[in-house]
Amino acid sequence: MKLQVRIIFLSVLIAGFFSQEVDAQSRIVKFDTIDSLLHQNSAPVLVLNFWATWCKPCVTELPYIEELNKKYGSSGVKVILVSLDFKREFGSRVKPFIERNKITSEVLLLDEPDYNSWIDKVDSSWSGAIPATVVITGDKKLFFEKEFTSFADLENNIKPLIQ
Amino acid sequence: MKTKLLSFAVILCTFMFIAATPDGYSPGNKAIDFKLKNVDGKMVSLADYKDAKGFIVTFTCNHCPFSKAYEDRIIALHNKYASQGYPVVAINSNDKTLSPEDSFEGMVVRAKEKNFPFAYLYDESQEIAKTYGATRTPHMYILKKEGSDLTVKYVGAIDDNSDDPSMVTKKYLENAMDEIIAGKDVTTNSTKAIGCTIKWKGTK
Repeated sequence: MKLQVRIIFLSVLIAGFFSQEVDAQSRIVKFDTIDSLLHQNSAPVLVLNFWATWCKPCVTELPYIEELNKKYGSSGVKVILVSLDFKREFGSRVKPFIERNKITSEVLLLDEPDYNSWIDKVDSSWSGAIPATVVITGDKKLFFEKEFTSFADLENNIKPLIQ
Repeated sequence: MKTKLLSFAVILCTFMFIAATPDGYSPGNKAIDFKLKNVDGKMVSLADYKDAKGFIVTFTCNHCPFSKAYEDRIIALHNKYASQGYPVVAINSNDKTLSPEDSFEGMVVRAKEKNFPFAYLYDESQEIAKTYGATRTPHMYILKKEGSDLTVKYVGAIDDNSDDPSMVTKKYLENAMDEIIAGKDVTTNSTKAIGCTIKWKGTK
């Protein structure tokens, strides 16, 4: 009995620790946050990946985006996952997804339902389909409205800006 | 010689036309008609709608949360505008191998569940989505009959809030429809929206 109580206590502690971590790495933002990242990012290379938990191709390519963060994070590449999930599903869907998949990149849920007001500001060639990825360094910018099919595919595509 | 030159000119013009519209239709372009299988098993063309003044064409599908969020609003659009000459024609272009829920059988089930009052067509070859330039679901096109042409009058989103209809402040598509019916030019004839990517054959 005592052991059971201890286990429960410990599990609550661990769960609490993880959800705190998720709280620290994810938040809800408006477009001005994304806009300022697009214009005045402090990292040498900024990668913004637009995705959603319900978007199958996005979830398929997510491990490659994560790998980019792991491989190049320490050498100045900042990866941000911009979630386009509905705001009301942040706690019920997005946070559990981050936890379950042990996502290490920062996640910003973009709560800006009038998509037409900001899609062109990310890139005028973007139709609005996701996944979509922006890579920015200095005044150079690459935009991809596609699903990366492997880590090599992603790496090869953005290498010109990483090096 | 003359015929050769002429055919060369025709070919050149065709290429120029294709080059001019690499991303599908924009407002002002002429849209093609199609012949696609409806959920009732019958083949449907826009030419079949003898009394229509135009169409609200939507590229949609069964599985996408955005498409689902808009289903009731698309039904409402049909109920509002079909009687004024602009019925909704819905098209699913997703590859069933990549998205099994979007098979023809899945469409039949969904159309029944939601009691769609409009045609729900299967673009199995994906040619129509490619020609129109649809990239996501739902992706809307308003077409207006002008003589024997179908002119694109609007391309884009339904409104400015997919998740919550009660929070909508800009009814992009309805505004365009009302201007068309009033015989005016469409003020905002092109908008963008986040949506599920159309699942193209052979992409993965």
